[in-house]
Amino acid sequence: MSSIHPDKVIAEQLAGIGSVPAADPGDDGSLIDDPAVRAPLVLNNRSFGDVTNIVCGYAENPPGKWWLPTLLLAAATAGIGMAMIGYLLITGVGVWGLNNQVNWAWDITNFVFWIGIGHAGTLISAILCLFKQKWRTAVNRSAEAMTIFAVMCAGIFPAIHVGRIWFIWMVFPVPNANAIWPNFRSPLLWDVFAVSTYATVSFLFWYMGMIPDLATLRDRADRRLRRSRALGEALRIPDMVRAYVFGLLSLGWRFSSRHWHRYEVAYLILAGISTPLVLSVHSIVSFDFATSVVPGWHTTIFPPYFVAGAIFGGFAMVLLLLIPARELFANFKDFLTLRHLENMAKILLVTGMMVGFAYGMEFFIAWYSASEPELYVFLFNRAIPDWLHPDGAPYWWAYWSMIFCNVVSPQVFWWKRNRRDPRVIWAVALLVTIGMWFERFVIIVTSLHRAWLPAEWHMFFPTPVDILTFAGSCGIFLTLFLLFLRFLPVFPIAEVKAVLPQASPHHHGHEAHNNHNEEHGTPGGQSAGGHAPPRHHPDTPGGGH
Amino acid sequence: MAVADYFPLPAKYLPRALQPAPNRHLAADGSPLHGLLAEFDTAPGVYHAAEHVRDAGFTAWDLHSPFPLHGVEDAMGFKRTKLPIAVGVIALTGAGLGYLMQWWMSAVAYRLPVQGKPFGAWEPFTPITFEIGVLSAAFTALIGMLALNGLPRFHHPLYKHEHFLASSDDKFFIYIETRDPKFDRAAVQKLFEQSGAARIDEVTEG
Repeated sequence: MSSIHPDKVIAEQLAGIGSVPAADPGDDGSLIDDPAVRAPLVLNNRSFGDVTNIVCGYAENPPGKWWLPTLLLAAATAGIGMAMIGYLLITGVGVWGLNNQVNWAWDITNFVFWIGIGHAGTLISAILCLFKQKWRTAVNRSAEAMTIFAVMCAGIFPAIHVGRIWFIWMVFPVPNANAIWPNFRSPLLWDVFAVSTYATVSFLFWYMGMIPDLATLRDRADRRLRRSRALGEALRIPDMVRAYVFGLLSLGWRFSSRHWHRYEVAYLILAGISTPLVLSVHSIVSFDFATSVVPGWHTTIFPPYFVAGAIFGGFAMVLLLLIPARELFANFKDFLTLRHLENMAKILLVTGMMVGFAYGMEFFIAWYSASEPELYVFLFNRAIPDWLHPDGAPYWWAYWSMIFCNVVSPQVFWWKRNRRDPRVIWAVALLVTIGMWFERFVIIVTSLHRAWLPAEWHMFFPTPVDILTFAGSCGIFLTLFLLFLRFLPVFPIAEVKAVLPQASPHHHGHEAHNNHNEEHGTPGGQSAGGHAPPRHHPDTPGGGH
Repeated sequence: MAVADYFPLPAKYLPRALQPAPNRHLAADGSPLHGLLAEFDTAPGVYHAAEHVRDAGFTAWDLHSPFPLHGVEDAMGFKRTKLPIAVGVIALTGAGLGYLMQWWMSAVAYRLPVQGKPFGAWEPFTPITFEIGVLSAAFTALIGMLALNGLPRFHHPLYKHEHFLASSDDKFFIYIETRDPKFDRAAVQKLFEQSGAARIDEVTEG
């Protein structure tokens, strides 16, 4: 028995031993333009063991000097946000800049912003799974985690904006002494059900996907404990904690094929039901506005426009978080290749064009409907600056920031060079994230601040509590994401292994040949690469049949 | 999957007729044998070995792999799970109950006039009906999958072997249990050897 602790081996591996630096930093080998050649999903010919060691290594080893200060900063911001929420709860919603005219502002802007970001995870998990897009393995776990954290942030705002927080339970159909029930005709109640269902189903999806990977972490901790016991060493407390916690969470998963079969069916079902779910949730969020009679809100384009915007903003956030992670974690680039980034850049371009189309169509319908208040909102509350026209919009800068960030900035992705440069993608993702926040601000505040009666018109100005609460929600999100990066499997280990070439039961690599003692008509051969059919191998013991 | 696997203690106190049959198979050290475990190094290797085991007519056996092997259903010869039916039935039931809840609360229990619309109109109930259907389906998919798999189960004789822990890393295993009516110590050993197993181990009970 080797006396080298397995952790040491992993630490050496993570230090870069065995990692192959790309010859050309602009092309890691995944950017193959020939449609006849499949781009590798994992670079540097990683073995199954490499995948386990690298991904589990992130969860088992300290991630570097940047992590703790970043976490502390994020947690401090989250703490300030929590304090602001506490201040709001004991004082009232008057601590925000709301007024009689603008009674929804940053609160609901933040809600829609976060819930939109929360859509990419399920989109990647569910829709890309249904379309058999194998590249989803590069991002699906972290995107799902992001979804859950974003929905948690989203859930805060509608809950705290109600004013009389002690009545919040009345959104649920709970029997009560007054014998009253919720109003099921209200889109706000639909929203309660949609968002809570979405949060629950996303969590189940994320957790179910993690069960095998948690079992892998459990087994590794268990193996280290057994080795330590055999060597008579003291047991390491982190491994004992891992063995217990991951042991409980992985529910005794033992990688049985009969289990895998049901697991894959259940996963496909979850993907199948999450796809209409993700579309329904943001549609219902848009009903909060669309079913009202406020000019600028009362439009039928809202559901598809909100869904496209959610995918757009969600992918931007995935890129915003994972491009730095790609640089900060060793070997991360083997799993998240330049091609994956390029694919996501293309999605940003497409969905950016969709929201751009929706922005344009809103103007067309405002004009075509011949509804004067509607056209007024679009022209004089949003687009025409107040320095161009006396009735112009004081919030013109918000509108044009949104247009610049969401419609103009993704256009750089028409050029291949930009789609393949992580720095450009990150910058655009940042702009899109900002732009998507402004989109919700524009929809909510510019529609409300000048509705119907000019005598009621009122500007909205955020208070420090508004700003710090939003910053706090970013802190909560980042804190949770950093903890996820540190302690949980960041890539779906089992799924990544399953997309490696040697995972195919019909793969005929050199090492695989030794075990080939049968020529069997197996269905669904995957190897389209024109491999020779398996032959009897003289070296294998007892290949007789 | 025997009840005794989950509740080993109560099984002892069951009437004799209900107790699991005594194990005739013994390991080399004399303790009761639970099964034989073969290790394989590659996916094609274990896939073809599974075809042999299937063709030999075994029923109480399993293949353990770090990831779902493509086409393993055919290599092992088992039928597609009925889980989707359960999910469909429970999703529709959930959606129906969700609709009924909304109708009863809005049209019977608390008739709140909103915009002069009929109290029992179905249209506004659509979103929540759908959401409750999805929620029921999701829970059924996860819990049903675990229940059919016999999970959670926090112990298994296989984990007595340290090298079985590699099933979550990069090794593949075929395990034939002694409760299989066709189990024969020597024949299984030979089958494994012929299938190209890298190593074969006895797994004892307990």
